[in-house]
Amino acid sequence: MTAMTMAKALNEGLRHALDADPKVLLLGEDIGKLGGVFRITDGLQKDFGEDRVIDAPLGESGIVGTAVGLAMRGYRPVCEIQFDGFVYPAFDQIVSQVAKLRARSSGSFTMGLVIRIPFGGGIGAIEHHSESPEAYFAHTSGLRVVSPSTPDDAYWMIQEAIRHDDPIIFCEPKCRYWEKGEVDVTASTHGLFDAVVRRLGEDVTIVTYGPSVHTALRAAQAAAGEGISLEVIDARSLAPLDFPVMMRSLEKTGRLIVVHEAGHNVSISSEIVAQLTESCFYSLRAPALRVTGFNTPYPPSRVEKEYLPSVDRILDAVDRVMGFES
Amino acid sequence: MLEEQLVQLLSPEGERVTHAQYPTTLNTDEIIALYRDMVIVRRLCNESTSLQRQGQLALWAPLQGQEAAQIGAGRALQTRDFSFPSYREHGVAWCRGISPAEILRLFRQVSHGGWDPQKYRHSVPTIVIGNQALNAVGYAMGVQRDGADEATMVFFGDGATSQGDVNEAFVWAAAFNAPVVFFVQNNQWAISEPTVRQSRIPLYRRAEGFGFPGIRVDGNDVLAVYEVASAALQLAREGGGPTLIEAYTYRMGAHTTSDDPTRYRFDADVEAWKHRDPIERVKAYLVRTQHITAAALTAINEEADVLAMELREAVLAMDGPDPLSIFDHVYADQHPLIDAGRQEMIDLGLGGVR
Repeated sequence: MTAMTMAKALNEGLRHALDADPKVLLLGEDIGKLGGVFRITDGLQKDFGEDRVIDAPLGESGIVGTAVGLAMRGYRPVCEIQFDGFVYPAFDQIVSQVAKLRARSSGSFTMGLVIRIPFGGGIGAIEHHSESPEAYFAHTSGLRVVSPSTPDDAYWMIQEAIRHDDPIIFCEPKCRYWEKGEVDVTASTHGLFDAVVRRLGEDVTIVTYGPSVHTALRAAQAAAGEGISLEVIDARSLAPLDFPVMMRSLEKTGRLIVVHEAGHNVSISSEIVAQLTESCFYSLRAPALRVTGFNTPYPPSRVEKEYLPSVDRILDAVDRVMGFES
Repeated sequence: MLEEQLVQLLSPEGERVTHAQYPTTLNTDEIIALYRDMVIVRRLCNESTSLQRQGQLALWAPLQGQEAAQIGAGRALQTRDFSFPSYREHGVAWCRGISPAEILRLFRQVSHGGWDPQKYRHSVPTIVIGNQALNAVGYAMGVQRDGADEATMVFFGDGATSQGDVNEAFVWAAAFNAPVVFFVQNNQWAISEPTVRQSRIPLYRRAEGFGFPGIRVDGNDVLAVYEVASAALQLAREGGGPTLIEAYTYRMGAHTTSDDPTRYRFDADVEAWKHRDPIERVKAYLVRTQHITAAALTAINEEADVLAMELREAVLAMDGPDPLSIFDHVYADQHPLIDAGRQEMIDLGLGGVR
């Protein structure tokens, strides 16, 4: 095990992928000499050349649209979208081509490409730099969406995503880029679409992902001080969602809270609550609650602390589900 | 004068015209072969319109008037090249060896694609206007990285030149000197909107601003289109980078069978373009120069009729797809929603071809 930040773990994972397969290419704005605005690709162009680590012209549809053609040719492109709020010019290519070309060609074309998106808030940024667009992509058949929450997961998940033959939207929690964790650099294969129980508990199941996993774990620690035991599940894969892991937990606790930064209206949590209500109806001891961002455009960052799910708001929800009398 | 801007090797009256930059390389047999291609794809197009009118196709996008543009470009492509169509390039598909019945699978709506794009090196149709231009540039960037002696050609219409994706494709192709040929069929109409709504300057001149050559060719002159397209493809294969070809032509029919062009354009314009017909001018040339006999002309027409009848029979026999097939190619790998959906459809008894 080696201690490193998530940013470094992603960098090492990308380096490994470039080393392992000559068909892997990186495309994005400022990813070459600069190493990307978050330095995720730092040093990679120097070592793998300008033909494999490609500084793209400034156009997101162009980045994804050319990646589609490269994938048709048998390459494994990894696109970097500079910030979440800049992915929308590529939305057409992602939904109309990336997601559908395999089906349209009856499996002749493989869309083995990855679109990396630094997402979420909490870094004091200006508008369009703190959004959580994952539900748009999770909704679209043909795509898969994943999000690591730790440096260790970031390291193997990016490699696994690049190896996978389906297109993968890779949502990186940018507020966690600089947090250090232990990384097992010898392992690079786990189940990319498997949820993981981050903390075992008995009373309430918290399902979350990406930047909110850390917040949920802090809430669990605080709740433990009050004698309430929270089980924290890191969904990791948002499309598909790993419901069996969530069901096993909910059948034990009977109480569900889903936490994410995106507003709850027609969101990942909408789907989690709907599916678990359908499959675990008789296990539920309280209505499922959601702790999320508010249903507004992402606010000026001076008030993002009030907008984002917090330990206090999670604990409030815990009190409500624990206090529910049927 | 329009003709002054155009590369032309055969006048509308069927007179050979010389051009300093583009000498004719085709012999008589090859010209007759191009003529045959054009007659066949027009006949198949007319049969497809009839099939749609008889309720056998969901929709048809006729190519009438654009035969020279499509056959000239389609025959300029080498087998090893890769091409990206929009949705009206039935003539190019024919040149790539795709059977007429496979072309109609989309319009019969038994498929969104219709053929194996890797087998024919011709991508599946793209209906979202302009997306394929970027995909083609990306493909060409792959060719470039492979060091392969191949070119990529992408087809779109005059309307598509207003799309962001087409303009981004021009930027990317220039930035990376990609081995790609942009082939815009300017058929004067984007459904009901004339080309002047899309551009204040001739479309081929857009290329200059992006930093690569643009050429306007008489899109109703199959000899000129063939030579211009062949030269641009060879330039791309040799590392010379992208070219924009504007094939100046006219959509003689409707945008699709759902369209009514009498609402937005004058009969007189259509009549004027009839005198520029791409097939008649080759026929006039071949007949006047006695390069073809009346019997040979009749034989080509009869061959086209036979192919049309075979197409009709193939379409009428085209069943399916099995509703369960919608789950087959969404993902490369196992997916729980796909598994659940397939099982639900089976349980509901909705599977199987009726």
